[in-house]
Amino acid sequence: MTPGQLALRTLLVGFIITFTVITGFAYTTLLERKLLALLQVRVGPNRAGYIPIPRRGKSELKLLGGVMQPAADAVKLFFKEDPTPAMVEKVTYNLAPALTVIPAILILAVIPWAGPMKIFVSEFTPYFAIAPGLNIAVLFILAVTSISVYGVVLAGWASNSKYAILGGIRASAQMISYELALGLTVLIPIMLADSMDLGDIVMAQQGPLGPIHWFVFRQPLAALVFYIAVLAELQRAPFDLLEAEQELSAGFNVEYAGMRFGMFFMAEYMKMISFSAITAVFFFGGYDGPFVQQVPALGFLYMIGKIFISLCLMIWLRASTPRYRYDQLMALGWKVLFPISVFNFILVAVFIILHQEGLLNFLPAFLLGG
Amino acid sequence: MFNIVAEIVRGLFTTLKHATHEPVTIQYPEIKRPVRYRFKGRHELKRYDNGLEKCIGCALCAAACPADAIFVEASENTDEERYSPGERYSSTYEINMLRCIFCGYCEDACPTEAIVLEDKYELSFVDRESAIYTKEMLIVDVPINGISTPQQVEPGAFDRSIPDMEDPK
Repeated sequence: MTPGQLALRTLLVGFIITFTVITGFAYTTLLERKLLALLQVRVGPNRAGYIPIPRRGKSELKLLGGVMQPAADAVKLFFKEDPTPAMVEKVTYNLAPALTVIPAILILAVIPWAGPMKIFVSEFTPYFAIAPGLNIAVLFILAVTSISVYGVVLAGWASNSKYAILGGIRASAQMISYELALGLTVLIPIMLADSMDLGDIVMAQQGPLGPIHWFVFRQPLAALVFYIAVLAELQRAPFDLLEAEQELSAGFNVEYAGMRFGMFFMAEYMKMISFSAITAVFFFGGYDGPFVQQVPALGFLYMIGKIFISLCLMIWLRASTPRYRYDQLMALGWKVLFPISVFNFILVAVFIILHQEGLLNFLPAFLLGG
Repeated sequence: MFNIVAEIVRGLFTTLKHATHEPVTIQYPEIKRPVRYRFKGRHELKRYDNGLEKCIGCALCAAACPADAIFVEASENTDEERYSPGERYSSTYEINMLRCIFCGYCEDACPTEAIVLEDKYELSFVDRESAIYTKEMLIVDVPINGISTPQQVEPGAFDRSIPDMEDPK
């Protein structure tokens, strides 16, 4: 393929994936509202866009109530007045929403959605992604997610409001603390796969015994720490204390309205989706699943299914858990998750060396992987 | 540490248990929950069983109203055009729903129990003019077997300025 074709293909695939995920973001908000309602013995949004099915003798059945709710929300956000408070730092104030939402979308570039396949004339090798075969993909993800801290901090600082600055400071402290645990647990799939390429990490989890090769079964502790760190990184419940409504009204985004608030909202849900995808890739075999070798297109389904399960788990946790206090959050990050991940990291490193030296041959092969 | 995890798992299963419950939400515009016995909703001007209005235009409700929401203008009853069993009746009766605080003092002040705060609570309007509820909007329908006002009655049938509480004649 010529560079021109490659650029065109990347553009096209990027466009399709980005818009699919943005649509997915809209429906994640609906999923969250519906699922929370289910868990809280409520109904949830059921007015916008239902399919009326007439029934004899009874009132009509309303099918799929609320499917148009995201569209209604978007229209409402776009037409809301968007005032800029008088004392804000104008440039940073306007920059901050973009700075949070762009990294959230950028993460999608490296996520593998399916195995190697051929669509029309274009061959997707070694896997289907916007930028397949990027050998520093994990580093890219960590770098890009770190940028979104700036969006939050700058939004809090530029707003010139005490609630916003408190929320921003909390957010930055939280994200920086949990990035350590996140980074250290991310190292474990990298070591096991011996690559930073997400495609290689997925391939390292494929094997003749199916899902038992997934890293979650080989490194359950790392997977747990990773997921907790992801929740903290996403500022989802129970770590959503930077948006603690009772204390900070809304946290760093309190001075934003209309679509600029919508961008923060979008960033949060886009990051939910992309981090769910990353969790799936690192620990749940990515696009791996039954018959994915024969039919690579099944990879999309498995990936979407895994993301969906992860999203549901996040929402379920939000419905169930009370919020951590700030010192509890810091204690959990530094005194529990960080030592566990360091210990686990050293342990895995030692075991890999021992395996390479041939001292662990009595263990079943799948435990050690490639 | 283990304790925390166990508690979180317990919390997760508590919410999961609730997911199987029927939603408690009432689908409001379609299904309306009946109000309580002592609910104070929109006012109604009552009638006697024979169709005469209970209101005698004394304006005690207007005097009792702390929000000054009620305006009453009384006119004289005649035997040819009789609205209420008393000496006078309210020819104009207006309640400004933007002012009304639904305290129910008008109900307490009324000597003939003509004004009662009933169960209607859907009182939204889009302009200030429609916030003023007139007598036509407030008065209840003529009961079955009753005759609508004004009635023509025999001279001398009603001689009290404030009628008895029971059905007059």
